[in-house]
Amino acid sequence: MNEHLRALEAETIFIIREAYRRIRPLGMLWSIGKDSTALLWMVRKAFLGSIPFPVALLDTGMEYAEVYAFRDRIIREWDLAYINAPCPAEDSVDQTLPPAGRAAARKTEGLKQLLAREGWKGVLLGIRRDEEATRAKDRIFSPRAGDGTWNFKDQPPEFWRYFETDATEGGHLRIHPLLGWTEIDVWQYTKAQGIPFCSLYLSRGGTRFRSLGERNITLPVPSTAASIDEILEELGATKISERAGRTMDHESENAFERLRAGGYM
Amino acid sequence: MSAPLDVVFVGHVDHGKSTLIARLLLDAGAFPDGKLSQLEEASRRRGVPLELSFLLDAFQVERDQAVTIDATRVWFRTPSRVYALCDAPGHHEFIKHMVTGASQAALAVLLIDAEQGVCEQTRHHAALLAMLGICDAVVAVNKMDCVAFSHERFAQIAQSATTMLEERALRAAAVIPTVARDGDNVVLRSQRMPWYDGATAMDALKSYDTAHRGAQPLRLPVQDVYRRGGSRVIVGNLQGGPLRPGDRMLFAPSGVTATVERFWDGHDTSALDGDAVAFSLEESLFIDAGSVGAPPEDAPAITDVFEASIFWFSPQELRVDSHLKMRLGTSEVSVRVEAIGGVLDVATYQYAPAEAVGVNGIAQVRLRCAVPVAIDVRPSSVISRFALYTNGRICGGGRVRTAATQRALRRRSPNVTPESHLVDRFARAARNGHRGGVLWLTGLPCAGKSTIAKELEQRLFAHGWNAYVLDGDTLRTGINGDLGFSEEDRRENVRRTAEMAALFADAGMIAIVALVSPSAADRRRAREVCPEAFHEIYVSTPRHVCEMRDVKGLYAGARRTKISGFTGVSAPYERPISPDLTIDATLPIDVCVQDIFDYVLERFER
Repeated sequence: MNEHLRALEAETIFIIREAYRRIRPLGMLWSIGKDSTALLWMVRKAFLGSIPFPVALLDTGMEYAEVYAFRDRIIREWDLAYINAPCPAEDSVDQTLPPAGRAAARKTEGLKQLLAREGWKGVLLGIRRDEEATRAKDRIFSPRAGDGTWNFKDQPPEFWRYFETDATEGGHLRIHPLLGWTEIDVWQYTKAQGIPFCSLYLSRGGTRFRSLGERNITLPVPSTAASIDEILEELGATKISERAGRTMDHESENAFERLRAGGYM
Repeated sequence: MSAPLDVVFVGHVDHGKSTLIARLLLDAGAFPDGKLSQLEEASRRRGVPLELSFLLDAFQVERDQAVTIDATRVWFRTPSRVYALCDAPGHHEFIKHMVTGASQAALAVLLIDAEQGVCEQTRHHAALLAMLGICDAVVAVNKMDCVAFSHERFAQIAQSATTMLEERALRAAAVIPTVARDGDNVVLRSQRMPWYDGATAMDALKSYDTAHRGAQPLRLPVQDVYRRGGSRVIVGNLQGGPLRPGDRMLFAPSGVTATVERFWDGHDTSALDGDAVAFSLEESLFIDAGSVGAPPEDAPAITDVFEASIFWFSPQELRVDSHLKMRLGTSEVSVRVEAIGGVLDVATYQYAPAEAVGVNGIAQVRLRCAVPVAIDVRPSSVISRFALYTNGRICGGGRVRTAATQRALRRRSPNVTPESHLVDRFARAARNGHRGGVLWLTGLPCAGKSTIAKELEQRLFAHGWNAYVLDGDTLRTGINGDLGFSEEDRRENVRRTAEMAALFADAGMIAIVALVSPSAADRRRAREVCPEAFHEIYVSTPRHVCEMRDVKGLYAGARRTKISGFTGVSAPYERPISPDLTIDATLPIDVCVQDIFDYVLERFER
């Protein structure tokens, strides 16, 4: 592995261990996508092969069949303490929202219920700065209020690996160990480590998924990349943004900011 | 692919940081498809011309108020290099976000509005960069169109910016006239400033040579200890290295030593600088999270008191006796502010005495820890920098300036060994044309020590030699500002001054100390710090002459108020029995200075 990936991995493992040392009870969200699967890989490394906390999927029931199959395989192979966290039904959320907004609202609500049920004070997530401009401004240890909202106008300072690790009363911390990774970093790392990933990321019939979400709100992008090397080659040249296929980002200028301020990942 | 070059864009509010980054990406062809039209749409909706800064200012509130609130980071790739560009907010209210953004940068780009020139936050940010360990800055003198592309105005700002940076120990890697909004000298060369033929901003980033970090001392701040089977596995991130099974390690502050048994995380024969590691020890020992592993022959200092430079974010003022939690490395201890040495005046870059450190202040303080901690003074070490917390919230941070006083070190850290230099005193003397040493001028208050010292300094300087006066009164306004005139404090005053003088001497300078230093025992200890280079010079002046020279009215004051401990009135002055030189300071000053000057030439000539 090159020096850059080594440094990223070391930083991520530090953050994971710091979260576990300072915040209990702790859990992790696993979306089954490439990022959170790479994160899960590093969680196992951090704790020398085992995972000392549960891993949850916010399940809308709308994932692709390949995603569910990949999930079942990994749960078995890695012996995960897995929680399937069902999201409330589509008709229970604000019907005036556009379709993608509704799916996001379901997940936001599902997360809220999961946290309440499990009592987690901290939850690890695989978001990255380069995915989206409001994620770019987030913190590694990012506090959320009791209702899950994000006060992005007054975030705590973080420097030199010093973080605010106390959750507010009733609130929780989102821990983002991959914030400093780019899409290319994740693929290079996945390749270098031989981390399994869902086959939907590879091209079939001229398209592939660059970002993996629910069936009804995620579109594949034109691509002929059928291996990680070809993905990396494609990413080196493309000018299409990673989340271009995510309709929820584009329903209005501030669509994603509103989702995130309200508690979305 | 090598690691990205981390660059932070700083400067006063509205001088064009976000716009410059966006323009850099746009002209380098790094905008994703559709991004430009999104920005055009967002600008049109707000009734403003195309606002490139919206690329970075993603929050609605930032766009609506046209201000960057929080730091952000964007990447862009060129065939030769990957860049991670951090946009830091310039508003004084968001200093903590600026620090968050700048803390991981290797290089800074400092934006200065060509009309406004160097402003308050320009200086403030520059001071913080230095504290954060950034050494180089590219200066962009922006909005050149607002000053009609004046070469003269550019030269003026370039001069003041370079000087300002140098004062803060920063190097101006390049100074570039730009119009970020239009792209002049960002990626493409400006047609509107033909007088400028230096680098563009892109050139400056491209050619920046990441300064090679010097070899780091091996440090392993223990983050946690996991039980696996019957073993206790120590985990943490390694600084320096390599670390191998069989290596001896000392754990500070407890001081126990042990041998690395094996790695538990896939590291095979060795772990390298920066790696996250997990290993067990041969010995069955209880190592606590927060301790620091190090080679026994190069262990960190262990102390419960140290001097630090800090930045402070909290609206709650920091005062003497404020109690805080400090995280340093992976340790967490309670600390108390024992003294505030001074608060930085950002405009003049001078530290002035102060009772309290206010929001966004930069200060020098002495911190007293509830238990001893392991620290390094070396600025790049992970245990030389810390964060301060109140009630779990980060309210400041800083770096260790000087380790404990030797008094504490003697008591606390038997394992400390001084670093040796690669440049020795002979090499320094060869270059300087003279040796370094300490001229210790002792005598009654108002005997003429400071006057002689200053004249002598000037004479030696004119002669081409490096000399510097360490004046007792001056030192008491700074490094010794926390000391009074009790016997103990006087002894400490002499001790610190002697230590400092010895460092000057070791650095090749002639340190001229002007200090009453009434106790013969204290002076003897001062000599012991650097016995071969120490010269005790007795400035002999009868007391009635001293009183006549006493323009500050010290003697009269001492008599009137009956202050105890005033040397020459209510406290004894122990005359040197066998000084290296005695000066009769009733003679004219020229004669006195000439005598010492001749003495110095004879003994310090290389």
